[in-house]
Amino acid sequence: MNVKLYVWQRATAAIMVPLVIIHIALIFYVSRRGLTAADILSRTHGSVLWAAYYGLFVTAASVHAGIGVRNVLLEWSPISERSADTFAFLFGQFLLWTGAYTVYVLVLA
Amino acid sequence: MPGELSVSLWRGGEQGRYETYRVPRRESQTVLDVVTFVQRHLDPTLTYRFACRVGVCGSCAMTVNGRPRWTCRTHVAKVAGDDRLQIGPLENLRIIKDLATDMQPFFEKWQQAKGAFEPSKTRADAIEKIRPDDPARRLADAAIECINCGVCYAACDTVRWKEDYFGPAALTRAWTLVNDTRDASNAARLRAVAGAGGCHSCHSHQSCQELCPQALNPTAAIAGLKRRTVAAYLKGEIAP
Repeated sequence: MNVKLYVWQRATAAIMVPLVIIHIALIFYVSRRGLTAADILSRTHGSVLWAAYYGLFVTAASVHAGIGVRNVLLEWSPISERSADTFAFLFGQFLLWTGAYTVYVLVLA
Repeated sequence: MPGELSVSLWRGGEQGRYETYRVPRRESQTVLDVVTFVQRHLDPTLTYRFACRVGVCGSCAMTVNGRPRWTCRTHVAKVAGDDRLQIGPLENLRIIKDLATDMQPFFEKWQQAKGAFEPSKTRADAIEKIRPDDPARRLADAAIECINCGVCYAACDTVRWKEDYFGPAALTRAWTLVNDTRDASNAARLRAVAGAGGCHSCHSHQSCQELCPQALNPTAAIAGLKRRTVAAYLKGEIAP
């Protein structure tokens, strides 16, 4: 891992720390209150705040995980650096677009 | 201290095997003494490497009961509680024969990490005064006693997993020079250690710190390099 990837991975980790804590707190809140999917969607629909929150979360997670997967592949598999770059990019894109779709469903659909 | 040790020694190259020898137990016996006894009394074809025998040259590191150690300063009493020793070549390096490994990649990486001092002055200049209590000098001094024995390199998981990783010794040397105000090539050094094989590959497992026979802390040195290279990168002084 070079310094550029290191900075991106650490920066996205720093962004995710408060987001993960809030996300876990939300899970407890939702499960303890027994909220249904319809209850959740009624609160998130049309909310710029939830769109920004989960949009940032998804973007940071896809960058962070993409770099991490690249590192794991380079250290624990025999594939070339080029192949690891390609796979990590595609993995990051997968997380980004599936996550973006989820945010879209939560807020706009 | 009468008695006998059962000593398994690695014999052959990469495809070799352990062979067992009986060695008399002695007072204040070191692991290097044991290996030397085998070569002088039991099998003169045994190949191993040593020079000073007093923990200065860094030549005699081997894997002793699963851990890399400097054998000349490792007492048998400390590592062979049940009178058994298994002594192999250092890990993460190609075996030449028996207990001798090819140290070339270790020293090449030391060079790649710009581990050689580059003077900023000539002999015509006045000698620069360096205060021993200067913060930068203290950081430089912290790891100046590295003897390049290769114990940290053999103990490092990242070296095992990533062929181009410079390893703890080379990066610690780079950190020493980064903090040496007399050195002239810090920009090139930071560029070198900020690349693919550099400090950012370290997972901070701290095996190097745990096993360094000189009680140095390569993990802390590498953490220092991480901070310094990130600052240089964010200021635009280096590019990956």
